[in-house]
Amino acid sequence: MATIIGGLTTSHIPAVGNAIAKKLYDDPYWKPFFDGYPAVHQWLADHKPDVAVVIYNDHGLAFFLDQMPTFAIGAAHEYQNADEGWGIPVMDPYPGYPELSWHIIEHMVEHEFDVTSCQELPVDHGFTVPMQLFWPDRGPDMPRVIPVSANTVQHPIPTLKRAYDFGRAMGDAIRAWPEDIKVVVLGTGGLSHQLDGERAGFINRDFDEMCMEKIVDDPVALTRIGRHELVEKAGAQGTEFLMWMMMRGALGDKVTKVTENYHIPISNTGAGTMVLESAA
Amino acid sequence: MEQAPFDHHVSIPGTTLFDGRQAMKGYQLNKMCYSFNDGDNRAAFKADPEAYMTKFKLTDPQKEAVRSLNVLKMIEAGGNIYYLAKLAGIFGLSVQDVGAQQTGMTTDEFKEKLLAAGRK
Repeated sequence: MATIIGGLTTSHIPAVGNAIAKKLYDDPYWKPFFDGYPAVHQWLADHKPDVAVVIYNDHGLAFFLDQMPTFAIGAAHEYQNADEGWGIPVMDPYPGYPELSWHIIEHMVEHEFDVTSCQELPVDHGFTVPMQLFWPDRGPDMPRVIPVSANTVQHPIPTLKRAYDFGRAMGDAIRAWPEDIKVVVLGTGGLSHQLDGERAGFINRDFDEMCMEKIVDDPVALTRIGRHELVEKAGAQGTEFLMWMMMRGALGDKVTKVTENYHIPISNTGAGTMVLESAA
Repeated sequence: MEQAPFDHHVSIPGTTLFDGRQAMKGYQLNKMCYSFNDGDNRAAFKADPEAYMTKFKLTDPQKEAVRSLNVLKMIEAGGNIYYLAKLAGIFGLSVQDVGAQQTGMTTDEFKEKLLAAGRK
């Protein structure tokens, strides 16, 4: 049977894509951020997952406001990156695993999570930046991917409780897959940031640190944070934290924190990175 | 302000929640910005912004906000920041430039504010 070996979190700020392209790993601005990743690379080299479920939010590449799915799951043989309009490098396509995608989609709908299935899904920086950070060489160890997109662009966005429950159902689906493969789940985006309005530039270290602490052993406490409270405390785009909650739900009740890093600012954002290992 | 039954708008200081009310108001502006994923469309806008805005049926306040490149006015007219970022990109504006403009700072002052948030 498939095993979920753990979860990874990272911010997916577009500027990171440019910093990687320019190899700014030792630049004084970037170093405290990139220093969080060698420990993740080591963990990935030790565990070599076969599949990565990448939970992100589309920022206006695949979806427009004409039709906005709350939860969408990719079911394609490969996922193309494309021009987002403001000039970060376009990545090569990522190989998918549509059979496992359809298994997850079947399970989710059976358990009353009525997802949108996507046989074509252009993936934006929300997806590609984490993939670049975790598998910078795109070598043979880069896993096949299943993108899962959540709406954080237009309110009403899902509640943190719904996000966590979605993750739990998705975890059950993955563990019910008959093949002996190792799966890692990525929760991307966040942490606190706000790009728009008079409050642009808002970052909340205390709230971010609380979230990174609670998500390990007490994620249920975080499900009690209301959506408007989340906007207030994490900033208008800090609502991306709900993808971390989807990831956490999939890992099962007990996890061990392997490594973490937190740094302010990367671009306008408090950037958080974690590895959480699922109990065997 | 009295709210219609569909309207779940809430007030958070310095923040315009992009909800149904804003989505209805800003649809044409956001639709135009979404078109900027395509390089040919960006070129067409640059060549003749007025004709391009008219083609997408922007409202007068939306047109005026784009002409003056005023981000707060774009948001007031229903713009969503993820789509507006594509318009900002055409003018070579970073998210720090956009943040600085909305908060009445220079870009350097805005960057300093972000760095300050990192100091414990």
